[in-house]
Amino acid sequence: MMNAIWLLMILGGIGVAAWNGRIDVVAQSIVSGGEQAITLSLALLAVLTFWMGLARVAEKAGLLEFLARILAPFLRPFFPSLRNNPEAMKHIVLNFCANLLGLGNAATPFGLKAMQAMQEKNREPDTATDAMCTFLVINTAGMTIIPTTVIALRAATGSADPTATVGVTLLAGLVATVVGLIVDYCFRIMRRRGGRQRWR
Amino acid sequence: MALITVLSSWLIPLFVASVLLAGGIKRVAVFDEFIEGSKEGLHTTLRLLPYLVSMLVAIEILSASGALDALTGVLAPFLAWLKWPAETFPLALLRPMSNSGAMAITADILNRFGPDSYIGMVASTMQGSTDTTLFIITVYYGAVGIKKIRHSLWAGLIADAAAMLASLIFCRLLMG
Repeated sequence: MMNAIWLLMILGGIGVAAWNGRIDVVAQSIVSGGEQAITLSLALLAVLTFWMGLARVAEKAGLLEFLARILAPFLRPFFPSLRNNPEAMKHIVLNFCANLLGLGNAATPFGLKAMQAMQEKNREPDTATDAMCTFLVINTAGMTIIPTTVIALRAATGSADPTATVGVTLLAGLVATVVGLIVDYCFRIMRRRGGRQRWR
Repeated sequence: MALITVLSSWLIPLFVASVLLAGGIKRVAVFDEFIEGSKEGLHTTLRLLPYLVSMLVAIEILSASGALDALTGVLAPFLAWLKWPAETFPLALLRPMSNSGAMAITADILNRFGPDSYIGMVASTMQGSTDTTLFIITVYYGAVGIKKIRHSLWAGLIADAAAMLASLIFCRLLMG
């Protein structure tokens, strides 16, 4: 997917440059784009090394487990089919909390463990279960309290207030999560109705 | 919305203080662990660099050639109706597909228009408020060998669209 998009961007850009009689900008852009990337990386490095350091301390201090204990009761009602699968539920909560705290690297292993635990009880191993769909919708909606890299980028580009978007980011993520859950619920009901009709 | 502004500026200092305090109470080797984590930050940035170079060069060619202006010009009436700043539309399209690619576009927007401008705020919020839907679905289902993903893709993409629209609305409310 990305291969096609990138190809289109570069070839399209060169094509339009030729059409507009500005073919000389292509070579200039290759240099200046690269320079921008380096400048940005250096600034990012300064902020990201701090945040990743802090994230590691948070992990070691057991912050993830603490937050997971608080949020577990709120998440459980969305996964009625996991009542007999505490292993999957635990990893779903930990994955959600890691994403909330902006610990993207910590989130993925928990998420994969949750998927494995759900798959073990899956009676149709090639088809996603209800719980998997709900989990993925919450996960891809990607609600976060601390959008680490965005804060770093804003700081790197000279923002007067790098954390200014933290509040609206959390709100927009909440909207995405709620909308995703509603859509997921509607699809689930539709499938059940369709299934019943097929049985008749 | 004033509350959100206050919340935003207090959130980070409070978070830093409580993390370090919790670490201290739990007898974590705070400094050593911080350094270990910092090294991961180094790797993350290095990993991001090729993506930044590839995307920023592509964007630079697109904008210098006049292709980007032409594209936003075509989309402008539709986006104006939604009060959507056209410059952030490519970001919204790329966000569900590639985190690093979208990050590079965000970086470009912040560089060009300034992180504290309305466009910069919208781009920051769009980038932060959703995740890479296509990537997550591929990796998570792929890891356990599921082929029929049912409605996961649609639900994920609709949620992304909701996040984009919410980013616009909330940023407009925030900035008055």
